[in-house]
Amino acid sequence: MRYAETGFNLEIDLTRGNIERVETDPRDTELYLGGLGTNAKILWDRVPPEVEPFSPDNLLIFSAGLLCGTPATGCNRTIVSTISPQTELMAFSMMGGFWAPELKYAGYDKVVLRGKSPNLIYLWINNDKVEIRDASHLQGKGAIETAELIQDELNEPKAQVAAIGLAGENRVYFASIEQGRSSASRLGVGAVMGDKGIKAIAVRGTKDINVAQPAEFMELCNEVLEYIKFRNENPIPGVMTILQGLGSPQEMATHDEKWHTENFMWGNSRVRRRDFWNEEIAKEWKETMESMQTRLISCYNCPMKCGATITPTGQPTYMMKCFSKLTYTMAAMSDLEFGFKIAGLAQEYGVDGYSTPQVMAFALELYENGILTDDDFPGMPSDNEGRFYWLLDRIVRREGIGDVLANGTYWAAKEIGKGAKEYAHNTIKKHEQLPLKLSMLNPVYFLMYSTGEKINITQIEGQFPQAPYPKREHREAFVKDWFQVPDEKFKQYFLDWEPRGENSNPYYPTVQMSCDIVDWQERMHYIDDALGMCSGLSSFPLKPPYHMHNYPKFISAGAGIEMDEDKLTQAAKRYRTLVRAINIRRGMRRADEKPPEDHWKKRFPELEKELLDTYYKFKGWNNDGIPAKESLHELGLDYVAEDFVQRGILTDSEDAPSKETSAETEKK
Amino acid sequence: MGEKKKKIIKTIKVDVDLCNGCRACEVICSAFHAEPKYSSNNPARSRIRVIRDPLKDVYVPVYAGEYTASECMGRDKYTIDGKEYDECAFCRASCPSRDLFKEPDSGLPLKCDMCESDPDLEEPLCVQWCITDALTYEEREEEVEEELEQEEMEIGLEALADKFGLDKIMDTVARMSVKD
Ligand code: SF4
Ligand code: SF4
Ligand code: SF4
Repeated sequence: MRYAETGFNLEIDLTRGNIERVETDPRDTELYLGGLGTNAKILWDRVPPEVEPFSPDNLLIFSAGLLCGTPATGCNRTIVSTISPQTELMAFSMMGGFWAPELKYAGYDKVVLRGKSPNLIYLWINNDKVEIRDASHLQGKGAIETAELIQDELNEPKAQVAAIGLAGENRVYFASIEQGRSSASRLGVGAVMGDKGIKAIAVRGTKDINVAQPAEFMELCNEVLEYIKFRNENPIPGVMTILQGLGSPQEMATHDEKWHTENFMWGNSRVRRRDFWNEEIAKEWKETMESMQTRLISCYNCPMKCGATITPTGQPTYMMKCFSKLTYTMAAMSDLEFGFKIAGLAQEYGVDGYSTPQVMAFALELYENGILTDDDFPGMPSDNEGRFYWLLDRIVRREGIGDVLANGTYWAAKEIGKGAKEYAHNTIKKHEQLPLKLSMLNPVYFLMYSTGEKINITQIEGQFPQAPYPKREHREAFVKDWFQVPDEKFKQYFLDWEPRGENSNPYYPTVQMSCDIVDWQERMHYIDDALGMCSGLSSFPLKPPYHMHNYPKFISAGAGIEMDEDKLTQAAKRYRTLVRAINIRRGMRRADEKPPEDHWKKRFPELEKELLDTYYKFKGWNNDGIPAKESLHELGLDYVAEDFVQRGILTDSEDAPSKETSAETEKK
Repeated sequence: MGEKKKKIIKTIKVDVDLCNGCRACEVICSAFHAEPKYSSNNPARSRIRVIRDPLKDVYVPVYAGEYTASECMGRDKYTIDGKEYDECAFCRASCPSRDLFKEPDSGLPLKCDMCESDPDLEEPLCVQWCITDALTYEEREEEVEEELEQEEMEIGLEALADKFGLDKIMDTVARMSVKD
């Protein structure tokens, strides 16, 4: 018997309309765990680097995590993997909600989609019965609307539906996949779904999910619940509101707008408004929040209720989570009411709440600077908010300038030319980032921004405080019950970290410490993504209930795979390296690994070079960021090494790249 | 008339305003009733189900009550505070009109047993796992008139006797036992 996982994937060929239920190899689970890990293995094996994102040969994988559907609190993530149209690298976007556990109960771990359907369809997975159904009547419908229509026509209110909106159908590069209160938004996974002609996937399952050691597993679950209660009652002092507690994070329950509006950038990630906040705004925004928000809501099997139902005046109800409450507001230099209103519309269209506002602010900046002109914006209203609505509509329909903007700031700037590149200033690996511009370089963040392959800072940071506490006594108090650290040395790193003086940014944490810290942070995210755990209970917050010490036990008792901390570390390293290998094979190199030029005002080129050199070595990658043969061998990834040699990415004799790569820009 | 007797009334209080729709109650109920205990889980087997329609702000955790062989003559449909609830939304019956509270494969009825176990649990598990307190547990003692509890079959037979007369029933039973 297979535990925690079902042991079956659904393989669907959309071109031929063929559906197969395929048993998976339990050895792969042991090596790559599940979720992101096994997704990476499939993409490596089956999608060669020549395959374009919109090729029928590109795969779109919806995967439940290894422990989804077990009673482990908060384990509900769907990991969507494909090749991104925007970065042309591997995309792995996650969504919470209810979809992944339902897939497990239907008897599958993954849905692997290949080919392209000639007409718009949706999939109906109802336990053993899987159908490809016509969706022509759903064309152009909103993502949330689509879910409701499908539940109605199937007469299955309990079906969980993941759907795209107009943006996905029109292959907007930052189109999302929406699923009730959650969405897989980053890197254009919705565009690939639209390209394949899939409007939605509806799932209903009524089968059992087994665990290997029931008593042990329940005890672990109960410990986690107890600790969540403890953390809810004991917020962490000395950090901003959303970092005090657990969750992904608690943007709906808390009024932290002061912090974000004064510290994040407005417009096209340009203006910092340090004294934006005042009592009047506080009162007004609080009223907006309270009048539009109906209820705080959770994902499957989780008490944290990080989302909320929002009903803007005169608009249908939708569900919101995280930071999208402020992204539109700040990009349009507007207020919270506008943010809530346009976000509802954007969700029906199915677009990413991070990239979309920035793309629009970027377009307006080009307009203000004469690079785009009135001819590009026929009929655009004159007020800022009106312009945002107008632009959103053009983008999701790919009309006029919207067709160019729908490819994101990087590609749009390229197409527009005339110096537009300078305005697409906030991307990493061609992907829009959070609007943050800071003063002093932070070595840990430098490494995370540079090397993170999820290409979103929130998907690599966490666990280690973002800034030092001013007083040593506070730091001592913080480390006292910090049992989550994988190694005691992290406590010392934090204790000695000062806001000013010798032990402060950018030279402290030291290069070596920074490598350790980033490696730990990243590892936890990768483990979450394989198990299907919400990062809001694990890798993201300070002092989370899931950590390096209880995860191996969860895997042993849940999936029946013998596991300890070393073996888990090694497994995470294995598929993390495989993700990099996929991207390396697609051309990613050191030169692509850098934060936006203007992310910090104070930069330190020599230190930055040393950081990257050391971190690459630490990870077992050569100086160009390519996993070296020896480390591939250690991880049991000899097949990657062989492929690299065959393609001339590595040479037979040594680990140095055999040819000069265009990417190398470090000035010696 | 019987004597006064003490009885423990077990109540699970449901505050729908505190429900966030997470369905943890379903997960743990089905895990607890798995054979062996906790070896699997499957919300479709749970004895509590959350009727959930977030866009309408409808959240109703419902407990599985008695099995009924035939559905009601009519349906009920409630509107509370302007929110329209599904037909029979608050009903606890395992009823032929819907798939709620039935084992998914056998169709056998499910019924909440308040997590009966030996030794007794401090609180039913769905309550323990609902840490947002939408579900809370209360026990109180009540004095009740002791009545001879009728057995289920007796209730059924009595109903038949009312209808056909005792003689006819005896005849029928005799005939049936010969056939077998
Ligand atoms: S912590 Fe929040 S986002 Fe994460 S699973 Fe729970 S409710 Fe969902
Ligand atoms: S566990 Fe509580 S909050 Fe969650 S669905 Fe059940 S009743 Fe609602
Ligand atoms: S009281 Fe026990 S049996 Fe009844 S619904 Fe709750 S968990 Fe299930």
